[in-house]
This record gives sequence, C-alpha cells and structure tokens, in this order.
Amino acid sequence: MTLLLIVLLPLVGALLPAWFIRWGRNQSALAAGVVTGTAFALLLSLSSSVFAGEVPRADWTWMSSIGLSLAFMADGLGYLFAFLILGIGLLVVLYARYYLSEKDPMGRFYAYLLLFMGAMLGVVLADNLIVLLVFWELTSLTSFLLIGYWKHLPEGRQGARMALVVTGGGGLAMLAGFILLGNIAGTYQLSEILQMGEVIQAHDLYAPMLVLVLIGAFTKSAQFPFHFWLPHAMAAPTPVSAYLHSATMVKAGVFLLARLFPALSGTELWFFLVTGAGAATLLFAAYVALTKHDLKGLLAYSTVSHLGMITVLFGIGTAAAAVVGIFHIMNHAAFKASLFMNAGIVDHETGTRDIRRLSGLWAAMPITGVLAIIAAAAMAGVPLFNGFLSKEMFFEQAWALEYQFVEGVPWLLPAIVTLAALFSVAYSIRLVWSVFFGPQAEDLPKPPHDPPFGMLLPVGILAALCIVVGIVPVLVAGPMLAVAATATIGIAPPEYSLTLWHGFNIPLLMTALAFVGGIVAYWKRWAIIGLHEGPLPFPEAKRIFDGTIDRLAAFSHGTTAALENGSLQRYLALLVGAAVVAMGWPFLTGSWSAGPGPGTPLDGMSLVVWAILVGAAVATAALHRRRILALVVVSVVGLMLALAFVHLSAPDLALTQLSVEVVTVVLLLLALHLLPKEGPSEDSIGRKARDVGLAVAAGCAVTAMAWVILTNPVDTISGFHLAESYPGGGGTNVVNVILVDFRGFDTFGEIIVLAIAGLGIYAMIDALGVPDRWKIGSPDDEVRYPLLLTVITRLLLPLALLVSMYLFLRGHNQPGGGFIAGLVTAVALILQYVASGIGWTTDRFVRDYHGAIALGVLAAGATGLGAWLFGYPFLTGWFDYFELPIIGEFELASAVLFDIGVYLTVVAGVLLMLVNMGKIRNASAAAPDAADGEG
Amino acid sequence: MDFLVMEMLVATGVGAMAGAGVYLVLRARTYSVILGLALLGYAANTFLFASGRLSVGLAPVISDDALAYPDPLPQALVLTAIVIGFAMIAFAVVLMLRAHADLGTDHVDGPGGAGR
Repeated sequence: MTLLLIVLLPLVGALLPAWFIRWGRNQSALAAGVVTGTAFALLLSLSSSVFAGEVPRADWTWMSSIGLSLAFMADGLGYLFAFLILGIGLLVVLYARYYLSEKDPMGRFYAYLLLFMGAMLGVVLADNLIVLLVFWELTSLTSFLLIGYWKHLPEGRQGARMALVVTGGGGLAMLAGFILLGNIAGTYQLSEILQMGEVIQAHDLYAPMLVLVLIGAFTKSAQFPFHFWLPHAMAAPTPVSAYLHSATMVKAGVFLLARLFPALSGTELWFFLVTGAGAATLLFAAYVALTKHDLKGLLAYSTVSHLGMITVLFGIGTAAAAVVGIFHIMNHAAFKASLFMNAGIVDHETGTRDIRRLSGLWAAMPITGVLAIIAAAAMAGVPLFNGFLSKEMFFEQAWALEYQFVEGVPWLLPAIVTLAALFSVAYSIRLVWSVFFGPQAEDLPKPPHDPPFGMLLPVGILAALCIVVGIVPVLVAGPMLAVAATATIGIAPPEYSLTLWHGFNIPLLMTALAFVGGIVAYWKRWAIIGLHEGPLPFPEAKRIFDGTIDRLAAFSHGTTAALENGSLQRYLALLVGAAVVAMGWPFLTGSWSAGPGPGTPLDGMSLVVWAILVGAAVATAALHRRRILALVVVSVVGLMLALAFVHLSAPDLALTQLSVEVVTVVLLLLALHLLPKEGPSEDSIGRKARDVGLAVAAGCAVTAMAWVILTNPVDTISGFHLAESYPGGGGTNVVNVILVDFRGFDTFGEIIVLAIAGLGIYAMIDALGVPDRWKIGSPDDEVRYPLLLTVITRLLLPLALLVSMYLFLRGHNQPGGGFIAGLVTAVALILQYVASGIGWTTDRFVRDYHGAIALGVLAAGATGLGAWLFGYPFLTGWFDYFELPIIGEFELASAVLFDIGVYLTVVAGVLLMLVNMGKIRNASAAAPDAADGEG
Repeated sequence: MDFLVMEMLVATGVGAMAGAGVYLVLRARTYSVILGLALLGYAANTFLFASGRLSVGLAPVISDDALAYPDPLPQALVLTAIVIGFAMIAFAVVLMLRAHADLGTDHVDGPGGAGR
C-alpha cells in the first residue's frame, strides 16, 4: 500500500500547488514541498526492510489473461532511484520557489513537476514491463510540459517538441521490444523476467528485442546518435534542467539498462551495442562540452558524456562494472544537480549564461563560487570528491575488459576513456575558472551578488554530499550502493573497495594523464574551439531533425492532397474499388468457391419477378436524372422484393417490405417537391464509364459472394429458436418471438434508433432554425384536395386501423406484429394527411408524436424492467393461458406489452418524419428549379 | 452444377441491385445518392435474408403439420433492418433537403462541387 501511495501521491497531489497558488507563491511551493516530502517520508519508512534485503511489493491484478497487473516493487535499485527522485525533487521545489519570477505561473510549474515526479517514480518502482512502459511514456509527456514551460519562447517549444519526438519515439520502439521480451519470457512480471537471463539470451528473437529495448534506453538517456534533443531541452527553466538532467528523466535510460541487466547483459551483442554507443557518446560529448559558451549548454553536453560513461559501464557487462555504474549514477546526480542550480543562480543574478561575458564573479558571489568549485571538482574527478571515486573505478573497469572492439588493440577503450576524462577536466576548469576568476566583468546585464538563502541551500546540501561521499564513502554511500548493486546484478556483488587510495596503478596513471592533459586543453581551449567552429565539419543535429520533420510533413501533405481533393464522389469511388478488391481477392486465390447447393427448382413466375426486378434496378440507374420516373421504377424493385419474400417463405418480411415501400414513396415524393424534378446532365463519358465499371465489378462480386453462400451448406443456430418458440416464448410465429423475446434487447435498441432518427429529422427541419428558402406551415388554404380521394380515405381509415389491430394481435402466432401493424397504421394515417391536408388531420388525430415516441420506448423499456420485479434478467418474457367463460382459452404475454411499445414507436416515428417534411414549403413559388441554376 | 436454380436468381438479383446502387451513390446529386442507398439497402437485406438459404412454400410458423421451417433468424434480423433502413433513408433525405436549402445546391460536394 505504501508503495502505491508513493507513486500516486505526486500524481494526485499535483492538483494542490495549482490550487494553492490562489493564496500565494509561498503557499503553492509549500504544497508542492509537502506532497514531495510526504512521499519521501513514506519511502524512508521502507528503508529498514530494503536495507535488510527485503523487497516490499504491491500487486493488483489488472487483466490476468494477458499477464497485466499493476505491480510495484521497491528493491534496492528502485529504492535508490526513488530516493534520488524524491530527495532532489524536494531540493528543486525549494530552489524553484526563488528561481521563478513573479510573471511565471508557479502553480502550473509545480503541478507539472509533481506529475513528472509521479511518472518517474512509477518507472523506477514498476514490477511489470507494461506498467513500466506506461509510466515511461508518461515521463515523456510530462517532461514535454516542463521543457516547454516557457511557452512564449520558441526555443522552449521547439526543444520540448524535439524531446517528445525523440523520447516518445524511442518509447514506441521499446514497447515493441517489451512485447517481444514478454513473449520470450512468457511473463511481463519484471521480477520473474530477471530470473530468466539464460533463456532470454538463448532465444532467436534476443537480438531484435535487444535492439528495440536499447533504442528506448538510448533515446531517453541521450546516447549517440539520439543525443541531440538534450541540449535543446536546455531552453527549459533551470530547475527543470537540474531535475530532468541530473537525477531523473535522462537517468531513466540507464535505469533501464540497470533494471534489465540480469536478463539482457553479458552477451557479445550487448557489449558492442551498449559499450559502443556509450563510448562514442562519452568522448564526443566531452569534447563538444568544452566548446560550448553557454553554461547550460556545457552542462548539457557534460551530462550526455557522463551518461555515456554509465552506459559504457553497464555495457561491459560484468558485475563489478555494474556496481561502478550504480555508484556513478549516485555521484553524478549529486554534482550535476548542484551545477545546474549553480548555473541558474549565475544566470539569475547576472542576466547572462554566456561564459565569454562572465568573468571574475568571485568578488561578488563568493558563496556561489565555493559551491561551484566543489561540484565542478567532483565532476572533474578531483581526489576527496565523490566523482573521483567512481571515475577511478571506471578506469579500472575499462582496463580490465573481457571483449575488445578491435582485435589486438586492447588499449582502445582505455584511450577513449582517458581522452574523455581529459576533456572533462578541461570543461570543469572552464566552468569555474572562466566564470569566477579573472578580471571582473564590466558589462553584465545585472550587478551580480549572492542569491537568497533559499536558492543556495539546495546547492549547498548537494555540494556537501559531494565532499562527504568523497571522504567517507563507505559510511555514507556504502549501504545504499550495496543494496542497489545487489538488486541490479541479482546476486551479491563481488568485492569492491570504496577507498581513496588504491596504490600506484594504471587507473591512477590515467587520472594523472587526464589532469595534466586537461589543464593543457583548457589553456589551449581557444585553439580547440576555433577548430570546432571553423574547419571541422560538424553536422547541426537540429537542422537535420527539422529537415527530416519538414520532409515527413511535406510527404504527408502531398500524399493527403493526392488522395483527397475534397470530392466525396472520389472518396466513395476509392472506397467501392477497395471493397471490390477485398471481396474479389478470396475468389481469385481460390479460398472461396461454390458448393454443391440444394438447387431449389425454378418456376416461371419467379423468372418473371426476377426479370422485372433486375430490369427495374438497372432502369433506376439509367433514368436517375428523371427523378419522378426513377422513383416509380425504384418502388417497382421494392414491390418485386416483397413478392420474392412471399415466395421464399418470409410472409413477415413481405408485409414489412410492402408497407415500408409505401412510406418510402411518400417520403421521396415529399422530397421531390423541394428539389429540381430533373437532374442536370453533367457527367463526362469517362466518369460514367468509370462508374459503370465499378458498378459492374461490385455487382459481380456481390453476386459471386451470394452464390457461394447460397450453394454451401448452412449451420444455423435457429434450431433453438424453432424448438423453444412455443414452449419458451409462447408464440408460434418464430420471427415475432425472436423479435420480442429471444432478441428483445436488439429490438429495444432498434426502436430507439428509429425514435432518434425521427427526432433528428424534426430537429433538422424545425428546431435548428428554418433556412431562408423554406417556410414551415400548412398550405391548406392554397390547395384544393381531390374530393374522391378524401372521401375514400376517410372510409378506408377505420378499415385500415382494424387490419392493423388484427395484424398486431395475431402477430405472436401468425405473420404480423408490432412493426408491421405500426407501419400499416402509419400508412393509413399518412393517407389522411395526403388526402385531407395537415391542418385537417392534425386537428382530428394525435398532435404530439414526440410524446408518443417517448411512450413507446418507455413502454418497451418498462416491460423489460418489469422482469426485474420478479427477479429475472432484463426483458425476460412471461406468458400464461387463461380460461374465460364464453371467450374460451386465451393467452396473456408480457411480449404483447413490449410489442405495444414497438408499435407506438413505429407509428409515431414514421409520422413524425413524414408530417414534418410535409410542412416544408418553398419560400418563393419559383424556387425549386431556379435555386439549382448553377448545376 | 446446375445454374438454372432459384439460388442463381437471388444471387444475380442481389448483384443487380447492388451494382445499380453503387452506380447511383457515385452520382453527383444527392437525390441519386438516396436512390442508390435505397437499392443498396434492398441488396443488403436480400443478401442477409439469403444467408438463411432459400425455401419455397414454407413459413416460420410452428404448426403440427409443417414438415420443415425456413430459417427464422435472418428473417427477424431483416425485418428490423427494413424498418431501420427506412429511418436511415428518411434521415438522409432530410439531410439532403436541408443541405439543398442551406447551400443552394444539391451537389454532394456542396457549392463549387459541380466544377470538380
């Protein structure tokens, strides 16, 4: 529980500083501090068990079927990182309070910071690959917010975007790698995966999996060639840089190397990839750091270089090297966070970070100067400071290599390492000497002085740690290193000695070389910088990145423009073409073929109906511009279909089709009243030919598919429905029983769709504002209705209603039912509208179709709910038979109630649609044809 | 294999309706598209209905002297599909009318669509 709280507290607590800012900046900072501090205290409460070698765990099964659980564990490694994240986080919260100016929205800053903190904690405490990945991507997202915090600065926005693209993209590669890893290991549980190193490394997919996972780690930890985002992320406020680039964000990559160390490390491939990338980064970034004039730029490249060093250590793959890697992670976090904050102080108090302008600050900022010297000495690896210890151990490991990059050149890596250390010494000197000593700068934007205590305190604490660890390492860092190293390697770490003096040996010689060379390099720095800025060709990563992004965007724009020119006709043609290809493919490859078929015999009548149907369908297409005629022809298709349903044993369908045909014709006639009666002739021959081709292809594909289906045997589930219809559903019309009982929930949904369509039509006509071209209302005063039709329909109405009642009541046992009866009633009522006008009809019949629709849906729903009263699931049907004198035996079924709901909804929905359409008039009598003049 | 059977009539009938429907929905004017939708609806309904296979002279009504029954499930599905199909057509029709009234044209691509 504690573990979950540690992760959740910053994530949820992120709201607090954003809320407290209304009471002031101190309150907001305090809220952030309290949240961080509480999480820190919770972490410390786990200390005793972690140091005793236990692993506190928390596990909530999430989706067990795919091995997903919300699992956290605090082993030594996770504990160490969580300690760094929360400890340095606390210092950054304090520092940022004084660093941010009045204009900066502080509440938002702390909210982002806490969100990021929670995401980082999730990464380092996760015990499940997928959970780790989710938090990993969260760190990419939240760091995007932090880096782009000063959104008025274009560099901030661009730097944030670049960081997101690179680290987020790496995260995607890592997701693929994790899925492979999970498949190889058969589990996503980290603690299990870590036990399976041999199985994983022997697997065929080890190599691709490793490459994908490493892309994730390298992008995050800014390893060459993915390093370029980190210097651009320096556009962030300095507290962000101090946090992200010392202890957290960029350390996530090396954390991953450490986390998966037992599972992935030790192979030759691992060595070449990891040590190779690390060594290249180490040397290249150390050299570039010396040539940077921006304080934060220098620190950024130095960070990249030190991450390279840690990567090299994990790449070496031995337990001893991994121990050193962990140790340097701790040391680097301390001195780099301190240095970033220091750079922020100089920037804050002088107004510039340009090393060329800064000089002789010692006189004005002595305390800042002392702290800078301490941290820079640690970075350079001066004895008595923490950096010296890990660097010395690093040299020792680089010397004792198992593999070699180039056969016969065992000194290659030691040489690279020494050279990098040399540059490291040089840039550390530049960072201190050029800034704090020498002649006092005259033209600084602000008169420099030491900052407020609140800004110095965090720097001081970290600097003190650098010294204490440097002098008494065993006492201060020993226990933490021991548990973290044990957790990383998976077994007790080999002997290592955290002492200052190891005697005269090769590492000492390398150190000496580095120092002498570093001083010379600093002395000759302008020659190096001149070389760097002048003759040496140096690719500008940002330009390449921007160019790539621009080309990608241009490619996407081009592709989109080529496919989408804004014409719906074209999209539809592409869609139909694609569908035809998809349908045709199985035929061409032979996976679909016709079966023996039952071969239902033909008769003459069927042939006639078929001929009329096909002819009418084709004629509709051919005559579509003569709109009224096309309507008549298309209704012939519908009528033939109804006849076909009669013949093919589907009386219910025939009845439905027939009545729907009537309302459809009325609907389209109403529409034609408002549209031109004649379509324009505008299609080119080519367009027509293309569409005929598509239509024929689609028709053939559908025919072939139907033929294949009809001639192959069927395996239907309808046996159940036929068997249970009468005993279980109380009706003999199986179709109706399926609708109102077996699949009542479907039907319920369908009448709701009908209701929504009716209401939507009403909204489009009336409720959303009437277009200028329309006027809504009854034309009764203008029109004379044909007397004969009026008289006949009035006589027919009771008859038609009787028929619909009959169809409704017998529906459960004979063809009929709510849908059909509803349609028949609707047709009968529409006839009244047609023959007698809206005014007359509305006065005499229902006015409120909205209410009727609601009533229908509610009735059907209430029937369903009624089943609950008797303890059955929603829409369970009930029926029984009763005996009454005179009438005899009769049946009562809940399905009848449900069918009443269907009936009401259908009647009211259809009428709502048609009656509202019937009310539309053209505002000007001549409008319909004139309006379309351009077509 | 015998091609002169009821199955062939149904298959070609469905194909003819679908083909005519496709041709119509590819036209430039909304009214033609609506006719095409109606035809495609017929084709889809018949296709779905045919998935229960064909039978002549039966009814899905339980009785003691019925020897066999047609498959009732596709029939139930198609019954609601016909009604929903009508609702969809009606909605599309009103959409078409509204677009015509608001845009002044019944071209599917709106004003300027006739030029493409």
